[in-house]
Amino acid sequence: MPAGTLYRGREGMWSWVAHRVTGVLIFFFLFAHVLDTALVRVSPEAYDSVIATYKFWLVNLMEYGLVAAILFHALNGLRVVAVDFWAKGPKYQKQMLWTVVGIWVVLMGGAFYPVLQHTLRTWFGG
Amino acid sequence: MSTEIKDLVVPSLQAHTGQGLGTGNPADAFVVEPARARTKKTPRRTRTNFEMLAWLFMRLSGVVLVVLVLGHLLINLMLDGGVSKISFAFVAGRWASPFWQMWDLLMLWLAMLHGSNGMRTVINDYAEKDATRMWLKGLLAVATIFTVVLGTLVIFTFDPNI
Ligand code: HEM
Repeated sequence: MPAGTLYRGREGMWSWVAHRVTGVLIFFFLFAHVLDTALVRVSPEAYDSVIATYKFWLVNLMEYGLVAAILFHALNGLRVVAVDFWAKGPKYQKQMLWTVVGIWVVLMGGAFYPVLQHTLRTWFGG
Repeated sequence: MSTEIKDLVVPSLQAHTGQGLGTGNPADAFVVEPARARTKKTPRRTRTNFEMLAWLFMRLSGVVLVVLVLGHLLINLMLDGGVSKISFAFVAGRWASPFWQMWDLLMLWLAMLHGSNGMRTVINDYAEKDATRMWLKGLLAVATIFTVVLGTLVIFTFDPNI
């Protein structure tokens, strides 16, 4: 690693990369999502037909991915706020990152059925 | 692999420049410029605290968005059948309440401004040519204003009996 670079690797850099990638991804989704919701001003049929794509299994799976991105960005964003405003934040940034990852794993486990239930029920009944 | 540098001490003035390292490491060429390098064109003093306010806004809006966005995902994508229940009738039911109208309006504005300011940072970081940076930020501004105006109109002019 060159001595003067800002890219220092480890938890600090990789959490920043993940925060940036998820932020950009969420932004593009939000843009598309406002456009599809705007179809409620066209007709109920137009809106329901675009919503039908949200119910297709592959898109449903992508929704789980979107939840993953948003949850990481939200939890890590709170960590960034803590690093900036809490006196001991910088000292505990690593521990806070692993806490974020831990909470993220638990919440992703909990979100699995609720988000994917549409596809799971279509495939396996119930 | 080029030579390993051991215990190289760089004065803090040059901490980010890589200049004068004299290491012979070709990677020095990729070392980032100091963020505050002053040129002839740099004004002596900026007129506003815009960047500080933008920094603060990212943090304040972020905290509020945790509640708005996670609540939105929980209600719309997880509870009560998940995405199965989404339809025109469902939207009509929710926007019959001014509370949820205001929730969605605030979420739209905060998320768009937060996301768009974040994208501005990303563009500033990677688009090195002045012209490219200007065009990308112009496009971003147009897309942001369009989306915020469209979304706001949709919430306020929604007609359940269309
Ligand atoms: C859910 C709650 C959210 C929280 C707590 C949050 C928090 C943050 C914070 C604190 C930053 C500043 C990071 C820094 O200055 O280093 C940031 C950056 C960013 N956020 Fe969010 N955010 C949230 C939601 C969103 C949403 C909904 C979007 C997209 C519309 C978004 C897109 C971005 C982008 C593009 C950046 C810039 C990333 C970068 O500069 O590397 N965020 N977020």
